[in-house]
This record gives sequence, structure tokens and C-alpha cells, in this order.
Amino acid sequence: MRKIKEYLIEKLLFSSVLITVGVTLGIIAVLGFEAFRFFNEVSIVEFFTDTQWTPLFTDKHYGILPLLSGTLLTSFIAIAVALPLGLSIGIYLSEYAPKKFRKTIKPLLELLAAVPTVVYGFFALIVVTPFLQGFIPNLSSFNSLSAGIVMGIMIIPFISSLSEDALHAVPYALREASYGMGATKLQTAFKVVVPAASSGIIVSIILAISRAIGETMIVAIAAGQQPRFTLDPTVPVETITAYIVQVSLGDVQHGSVEYRTIFAAGITLFVFTFLLNTYSYSIRKKYQQRYE
Amino acid sequence: MEITMEKIADKKTVVHQTNEVNQASKIEVKDVNVWYGDFQAIKGINMNIKPNTVTAFIGPSGCGKSTFLRLFNRMNDYIDTHRMEGKIKINGNNIYKKKVNVEELRKEIGMVFQKPNPFPKSIFENVAYGLKIQGIKDKKFIIERVEKALKQADLWEEVKDNLKKSALALSGGQQQRLCIARTLAVEPSIILMDEPTSALDPISTSKIENLIFELKKKYTIIIVTHNMQQASRISDYTAFFYIGELIEFGKTKKIFTNPEHKRTENYITGRVG
Ligand SMILES: Nc1ncnc2c1ncn2[C@@H]1O[C@H](COP(=O)(O)OP(=O)(O)OP(=O)(O)O)[C@@H](O)[C@H]1O
Ligand SMILES: [Mg+2]
Repeated sequence: MRKIKEYLIEKLLFSSVLITVGVTLGIIAVLGFEAFRFFNEVSIVEFFTDTQWTPLFTDKHYGILPLLSGTLLTSFIAIAVALPLGLSIGIYLSEYAPKKFRKTIKPLLELLAAVPTVVYGFFALIVVTPFLQGFIPNLSSFNSLSAGIVMGIMIIPFISSLSEDALHAVPYALREASYGMGATKLQTAFKVVVPAASSGIIVSIILAISRAIGETMIVAIAAGQQPRFTLDPTVPVETITAYIVQVSLGDVQHGSVEYRTIFAAGITLFVFTFLLNTYSYSIRKKYQQRYE
Repeated sequence: MEITMEKIADKKTVVHQTNEVNQASKIEVKDVNVWYGDFQAIKGINMNIKPNTVTAFIGPSGCGKSTFLRLFNRMNDYIDTHRMEGKIKINGNNIYKKKVNVEELRKEIGMVFQKPNPFPKSIFENVAYGLKIQGIKDKKFIIERVEKALKQADLWEEVKDNLKKSALALSGGQQQRLCIARTLAVEPSIILMDEPTSALDPISTSKIENLIFELKKKYTIIIVTHNMQQASRISDYTAFFYIGELIEFGKTKKIFTNPEHKRTENYITGRVG
């Protein structure tokens, strides 16, 4: 009787693994299949070289570059905001802050990532953009600058928290060795602790990038919906994610080429985040080995 | 800005009376008490240490050897609950005066720890670290110093072809000699060692003991050890501590053959009490 119970529980646990893996594979399969059909109708060369993305207009162009540039531009701005801030916070918390302060501030910072992104989106649109327009008069109401900045704020805890963990994991003995040779706290932090924690810090940055690239709501609300092949942060752009939302919510006919564009865009996005995650996973594995 | 040898000598103002590099230092300890919070770890210790000698600190676990040793390079400063009273003079200068620059002091007083703690950098970068943080940029000078320090630490022959290799790939004994080389590279005048061989095998241990013997020609050395043979082999003077007090301090020969106190005798002969 007991044996049967054990057996059933084991199978039950195993089946949840199976279901999850199955669903994931299913999603990838649908994505791949629809994207494959898309590329039967649109050449892959056009997809990667055409600088216009106008599948919803009469003059149709299927160049992913404008969406890609929108995604990379907003993500780049986000990282430019989040990296210096997040890393500074991580270093401060790990090397300088009193224990008590660290313990209270860390969960508070992590709240930043818990705010619903739709709130961030509106914050970018109705607070940050008008504020920035005070300095940059020709800033459009929709632009990648505000969206990127606000997204950067959202991903700060990814970098600060994970890099703080990595810095904190560096053995105290290394700091002692450095102090013992006459190094200041600052020298020790930047010449010993940060390099020793570099793999963990890189992982935190990659996860943050991956999060920024996949972020949808903020950019859909604040960056606009105009695919534009540009690096100008003051004009409206459209990211891959925002485009997918736009089409999914629109009245595009199922099975049409227009409909399949979202799968082509989706698989592009997926490949990006997949590569980033794989890369961070491999770094993490190497890093674990070193500290074991 | 390049800093030359003379400038380094100039910088050694904290404990050096002369401008001569590598003059071993003498240490005077006056009425030193240490507390961790309410707990008194060091009780009224007085002690004079002569230059170019090896002094062994012995005593049962928890008696305050490490605490006392770490007073000399002010390593305890980072412990919040730590409080110290009294004077420690190195070449006549009280290192606990307000205006003392702790970083400068530590360039003069090197420390080797119980567990080898090389940086996760190359062998070369480990040894060059102390020079680089002093702002020295002269490549040739750094290369010379690194080689010299590795030779002094008796590690050069084993690593000279692999200076770019990670220090973490070395064996424990090699790592500890690397840590000694790292300390020697900045040419301190005092070297503090807290059980430097307790994590090592007998061969590595005897290598380091020989090394200490060589080093005392140029440095003043204080070593904490739990190994009585080691203390008697390598030290000129021995200090026996017991629950925060200095029970006996004198020539190693005397302490090991004819100690004044019963406690010392019991400890040395293995009747810990
Ligand atoms: N950071 C600290 N906070 C509070 N108490 C401490 C601290 N460090 C040491 N102590 C206490 O001070 C006393 C002396 O400790 P210390 O480490 O100097 O002993 P030790 O002689 O080096 O011992 P061992 O031989 O085990 O290394 C011990 O009772 C210890 O518990
Ligand atoms: Mg100790």
C-alpha cells in the first residue's frame, strides 16, 4: 500500500515536470512553426536588411531592424541608468553600509521590481516625459528616453541585489589581505572585491538586460508605436514587444502574413533572451565551480 | 607620476626614524587592554620586542594571541565592538595616536594569515598588488620587486615560468609562500604571522620555517603558533599568554627549558590547564 503511494507521488511530481517542459516545448514549436510559415512568404534577407517595418500598411515592408533598434535603444538607455546606479548600490551595501541598514534597504529596493510595470509606463508618460521636456524642448510625447530611464529604474534591483550577493560572497580573508597591505577601503572594493565577484556581477547585468529586452508595458505606453530605424532617443519608436501587443490587440486576421509577423518578431526576441540566459547560465556554472 | 625607490623611503614616516629602507623595527607595548564589548580580551600587557628577532606567541586557544598580534597593524580597527587602551610604540612612535595614517602603517607592517588568502588574480598580480596600490607605475621596478620577493619567499623557482597563472591554481603551501612574497614585496620592517603553517603539510611547514629564519636578518617577526616544536625551533623570544594575560615572556631557550611559571611549564609540556 505504502509502496503504491510512494510510486504515485513520484509519478505525480514527475508529471508536473513533464507538463512544464511540454508546455515550453509547445510554445517554442508554435513559435517556430508560424515563423517558418512567415519566412515562406517573406524572405529572410528582407527581414534582416529592410529598414522599414510596415506590415499593417498597404505598402508592406517586413524589415525587423526598426523594431530591433527600438528594443536595443530602450534597453541600452535602461542599462546605462541601471548599471552605474545598481553597481554603486551593490558596492555600498556590501562594503560600506552597516549590517542593519543593508538588511532593511535590500527588500525595499527589491520592491522596485515588484511595482506593476503599467504603473511605470504611466509614470514615464505623464511624469518623466513632461519633466524632461523642460530640458529637451523637442522631446516627443512618446520617446525612448523616458521609457528607457524608467525601465532602468525598474531593473536597478536586478543589478544591485544580485551584485551585492556576489560581492558579499567574496571571503572576508581577501579584504583582510588587502587592508593588511595598506590598501584603503575604496582600493580594496574596486581592486579586490569587485574583480573577485565579477562573474556574479556580469550575470546580474545580463539578467537585467534580458529583463529590459523583454519588457513590454513600459515601452508600449511611453515609447510609442512607430517603428523607426533610429538611434535618436527623443522620437517615438516601437519595440518588438510593443509591436506584438499592438497586433495581438488589433483586428488582424488570423492566418494572414500580418498575423504571422508577430511570430517572426517573437522568435527574434526569444533568440535574443535565450542567448543571454544561456550565456549567464554558463558563467554562473563556472563561477560556482570556483567557489566550491 | 612615477614613484621611485627614494620616494617610498620618504613615505615611511610612520615608523621609520631613518630613511633607510628595510631597517627592522623595535616594538614597545605599554599597559595595553583590549575589550570586545564588555569582554576584556587583553589585560594590562607590557612587552618590548627587539629588532631582527623572531618572537613566538603561544598559549591556549582563545587566550588573545590573535587579538594582540592584530593590534600591531591595527587590524582590529574594523571590529565594531573592539576598544583598545594603552600605547604601542614602533620605533618610538605611538601607532594609536589620532593622526596616524593606518594605511601607511600597514605598508610598514606586513601580515600573513592563518589560511593562505591569495587574490583570485595571477601570481604576478598578487605580488605586485601592494606596489600598485601605492601608485607605483614603473613596470621595470615592479617586475624587479616581484622577482626579488618571490625569491625571498623561496617560490621563484617553482613559478618563474608561470607568473601569469592564477594564484588559486597553486598548492596550499605554495599559496602561503605567495602570500609571504606579497607581503615582502612592499618591504615592510615588521612581519606578523598568525599561525601561518597550521593549514599546511610538514614539508611546506618546514619550508616556511626556514624562510622565517632567513627573513629575520632583515625583519622583525612575530609569529603566533600552536606548535611548540615550531616555537622552539624558530623563535628567539617566546611569549606565553593565558586568558588575556601575558604570563611569561623571555628568551625561548629559557622558557622551554626553565620556565618561571607553573602554567607555562604545564602548557609547554602538554598539561594544558
Ligand atoms: N570579534 C570578536 N568579537 C568578540 N569577541 C572576540 C572577537 N574576536 C575574538 N574574541 C574573543 O577574544 C578572545 C581572544 O580571541 P583570540 O582570537 O585573540 O584568541 P587566540 O589566542 O588567537 O585563539 P586561537 O588560538 O584559537 O586562534 C576569545 O575569547 C574570543 O572569543
Ligand atoms: Mg588566533
